[in-house]
Amino acid sequence: MFQNLGEMLLLFTRTLGSLPLLWRHRQKVFDQFFEIGNASLFMVCVLSFFIGGVIALLTGPVLVDHGVKDSIGGLVGIAICKELAPVMMSILIAGRIGSSMAAEIGSMRVYQEIDALRTMNINPIHYLVLPRLVSIAVGLPLLVIFSILVGWGGGALVADLNNKIGVDFRSFFANLRDTVRISDVANGLFKSFVFALVVGVVSCHQGLQTIGGPRGIGRSVTKAVVNCIVMIVILDYFLTRLLL
Amino acid sequence: MSDAATHSSPNTTRAVGVKVVGLRKSFNGQAVLKGIDLEVLPGEIFVIMGPSGSGKSVLLRHMIGLEEPDAGEILVDGQSIQSPELMDKYRLAMVFQSGALLNSLTVGENVGLYLTEHQLKPPQEIARIVTEKLELVGLKGTDDKFPSELSGGMKKRVAIARALVIDPQLILYDEPTSELDPLSAAVIAEEIASLKQRIAVTSVVVSHDREVAFGIADRIAVIHEGVIVAVGTPEEVRRNPDSIVQKFLNTNFNFHHRKT
Ligand SMILES: Nc1ncnc2c1ncn2[C@@H]1O[C@H](COP(=O)(O)OP(=O)(O)O)[C@@H](O)[C@H]1O
Ligand SMILES: [Mg+2]
Repeated sequence: MFQNLGEMLLLFTRTLGSLPLLWRHRQKVFDQFFEIGNASLFMVCVLSFFIGGVIALLTGPVLVDHGVKDSIGGLVGIAICKELAPVMMSILIAGRIGSSMAAEIGSMRVYQEIDALRTMNINPIHYLVLPRLVSIAVGLPLLVIFSILVGWGGGALVADLNNKIGVDFRSFFANLRDTVRISDVANGLFKSFVFALVVGVVSCHQGLQTIGGPRGIGRSVTKAVVNCIVMIVILDYFLTRLLL
Repeated sequence: MSDAATHSSPNTTRAVGVKVVGLRKSFNGQAVLKGIDLEVLPGEIFVIMGPSGSGKSVLLRHMIGLEEPDAGEILVDGQSIQSPELMDKYRLAMVFQSGALLNSLTVGENVGLYLTEHQLKPPQEIARIVTEKLELVGLKGTDDKFPSELSGGMKKRVAIARALVIDPQLILYDEPTSELDPLSAAVIAEEIASLKQRIAVTSVVVSHDREVAFGIADRIAVIHEGVIVAVGTPEEVRRNPDSIVQKFLNTNFNFHHRKT
């Protein structure tokens, strides 16, 4: 995995270098973008709602015992926007979108479609990687905004309805508004932007590397998803440290 | 139709030759091409024949820069195929053995891909050219189908249409008539031959169909286990005394074999 880091960086810089061609490929960017939304929006909602809920459920009774139950809004708010939404959604997208990028590009590699592009003087990085990387880099932070809002809602609902906690909506969000700064949300969005680049580059790189027929495609998909998740979790620590 | 508006340099309307010099290539230690020297002249139809596994496809892939040689070089119009600006300078095309159509695009989008991606023509013009080329290969009205809905032979014909759209100065065909019924094979062979009359193009055709090869070739090369064993006009190759060449050219199915 790590010996490929150099190649991935190269792919990344080449894709960045092709950014001026973005307008020409706008249709493909939109297609990818809607693909991402279509495939993940519902999952993002369900996942975020329950993540918010479980954080409230776990912390609520402890806060009640210590007599600081009103701070649950801030606690859930921070946990969701700075850590859980960006990381969980990036992992979800690695599984949902990273895998399909690796599979799609991998099968194009194996069935010589990429060779065919090259014979037509069409650069596979411009044609395949650029639209995918741009759409995921824009799409994932947007999904994370969505996830944060739904996650807060889930936390608030559990805090309100669970009779061991009993913090109503109004005081939940009042505390959340007092505690969570706009920079905390920006912090989480920045993380998710970095993770999006990781998912895009790792998956496209893995797809382009595919060799050896249909089995190779399967191997590429597995590798892409596993490598994305490992890199997200490791990077998460360092990014958090950096942004602290 | 000419691309005068988009390709202004004068060299784009003539056929270009290819020269292969001392080409060697191994995969995982197994030598596939063992020193190939060939010169394909501008405007000719050059057929490469040989048994399966002899390295024909690998040779063809080198000729359009898809593989990097271990040794030797490939010169298109005297310039190395590896030089980065070569593909911008000349219009080259390849018809893959499997067709290699983009499965996510329709037949029409595949055929028009070169023009669309390089923004060479307005959309209506592209649609017209696509229809015309598809009709030429006998696939009128398949524009909106996806490659997965086509048979192997139809895919190959679409791939040929896609290559013709480029108006190539050099076109490489990898077994263009295999997988085709004899009738379609004859149509495609005829199209390869007549292309030369319509546009200035050099054609390199890999084929093990002897009838097609001898029918259309200006010159023929026979490759065997990564070595060229004969090159010449069809007559010269037919008269070549080399036993491998004779065996390849004259072996026929013998269904009585089992009885003896
Ligand atoms: N990418 C590759 N990796 C490993 N071996 C290859 C590769 N491409 C071709 N070969 C080998 O090279 C030899 C010649 O293949 P090819 O040129 O496809 O034969 P043909 O003359 O039938 O077209 C075969 O033994 C094939 O297994
Ligand atoms: Mg072959």
